[in-house]
Amino acid sequence: MTTTAPATPSKRRRPTVSGFQWFTMLVIAAFIIVPFYTTALGGFKEIGELRVNPFGLPASWDPVRFTDIIFGPTYLRSLGNSLFIAVGSVVLSTLISSMAAFAFAHIKFFGSKFLMAYLLLGLLFPSATAILPLFIKMRDLGLLDKHLGIIIVQVAFSLSFSILLFHNFFKELPKELIDAARMDNCGYLRIYWYITLPLCLPIIATVGVFNFVGSWNSFLLPLITLNTDANYTWPLGIMQFQGQYGSDWPRILAYLTLSILPAIAFFLLAQRYIISGLTGGAVKG
Amino acid sequence: MASVATNIDAMSTGVTRRRRYMDRKSFVPLLLFVPPSLVLFTIFVVLPMIDAGTFSFFDWTGYGPITDFVGFDNYADVLTHRNFGTAVRNSLIVVAVSLLIQLPLAMWAAIALAERGTHVNILRTIFFVPYMLAEIAAGLIWKFVYDGNYGLVPTIGDALGTKLPHVLGDKLWVIPAIMLVIIWKYFGFHMMIYIAGLQSIPSEVIEAARLDGVKKWKIVWHIKLPMIWSAIVVSVFFSITGALQLFDLIIPLSNGGPQNSSHTIVTFLYQFGILRMKLGFGGAVSVMLFFACVLVAIAYRRILFRAEKA
Repeated sequence: MTTTAPATPSKRRRPTVSGFQWFTMLVIAAFIIVPFYTTALGGFKEIGELRVNPFGLPASWDPVRFTDIIFGPTYLRSLGNSLFIAVGSVVLSTLISSMAAFAFAHIKFFGSKFLMAYLLLGLLFPSATAILPLFIKMRDLGLLDKHLGIIIVQVAFSLSFSILLFHNFFKELPKELIDAARMDNCGYLRIYWYITLPLCLPIIATVGVFNFVGSWNSFLLPLITLNTDANYTWPLGIMQFQGQYGSDWPRILAYLTLSILPAIAFFLLAQRYIISGLTGGAVKG
Repeated sequence: MASVATNIDAMSTGVTRRRRYMDRKSFVPLLLFVPPSLVLFTIFVVLPMIDAGTFSFFDWTGYGPITDFVGFDNYADVLTHRNFGTAVRNSLIVVAVSLLIQLPLAMWAAIALAERGTHVNILRTIFFVPYMLAEIAAGLIWKFVYDGNYGLVPTIGDALGTKLPHVLGDKLWVIPAIMLVIIWKYFGFHMMIYIAGLQSIPSEVIEAARLDGVKKWKIVWHIKLPMIWSAIVVSVFFSITGALQLFDLIIPLSNGGPQNSSHTIVTFLYQFGILRMKLGFGGAVSVMLFFACVLVAIAYRRILFRAEKA
């Protein structure tokens, strides 16, 4: 799962985890799973059934709420909006931050250290800190209520972390490779595009997946900048849906289930990259 | 396309000496590679932060020129605001509970799950799923769990034979309820950091201690924990910065209520600065939050640096 040194447990090591410890693991696992489980089944139950039969299987598996939502006006549209924004900011931030990291790692120039330190300042504080002036700035630039505005701001705030990860990776590439390419009259542009990037697919995947999840889950920025229903991302859509249906929980639970399913599927496919980004970035950052 | 570029390259090296070629060659890529980051970062990260500082000294509603200089009045307003103290207190509670309950729990799980194996992988994945979930979704799931009429809490109350309060509507219970969600959502993340640390300990060290007959928990306490000290520092850092910027989870759960008792610093900023377009007031909160984050980051760097040197 992680790329750290392989721990090779010998047979003797197995029993080091005691029965009590396993028991607590199972209790925690139940604690994690039960909310998911009740949410997923809740979409099939009637409202009264939720109270009398919270953990059992639903009386009927009628998927009417799910189909209502899927063919309803908001679900697919808000998911599509989120997807567009996430893909846009991943592509843009991968490109821009890997270019900057490449320059810092491979090209010697005056002020390189200083500029890199400047760009890493973003690691110091979260975007929430500057959200109000950011709103004013976006308003003045005409970026409010536009997906492009969210993409640009998310890219700007992802730069520090992405540049750090790319830079750590680029530094490790054999210097001889770059030197050899330069001897062969290969310009930096082509070194970047034809040599560095193809060698860096794992880190591109990590940075990309990481920024994708961040963008997909983001709430505060879209909340403040988007005000047309048609532009809403899925977290805004689900909050609106919840506000609309109050305590019609089966309907809300169905919507929740449908909203988190894509995320969980994506996570199971990409968890390797997520975890290596976390641990790599965290430990070095 | 590629062949054209090759030809041009070949031509340019033909007529110039190698050194000049390299200098000029690195100039154009530099102009292409670095400015996009610099421009975006400056406009959307650095300038807004400076603006927040400027706004904090003025009374401004967001329209027209900024002229009404008020000195430190906004800061005074924030510090004397009825709910600011609550917000800071809540953020501190989140940090304290994270350090006292969440991180030890994560370590407990990490020690059990740092070994390799399929069943271990399944448990790890389960523990990590909530971290990947959007805060909004996690918040809504738990809003249901806590719902006083249809959720799981009244069911648990039935089983215990009592009627439990509507936890999210109860000033006393709302913070513990939120804390439970935070642990549910984030402990897997800290566990992963610890697992990465534990797996980087050379297995010979542990093996040697075991052969010398050192007891399991002594190995944990005297060997494993000191060796993954930097991972612990990292996770402490993340729980503090996470607490400082907690927002998405609070909105669906309690929205700062009841009676503004469950605000965090960012929900406070949102409720009283952003929604009311009080830019000076919000700016003052931002500046204070910024300095808190910078202080934490500096402390983190120092401690981590010391840990790595030791």
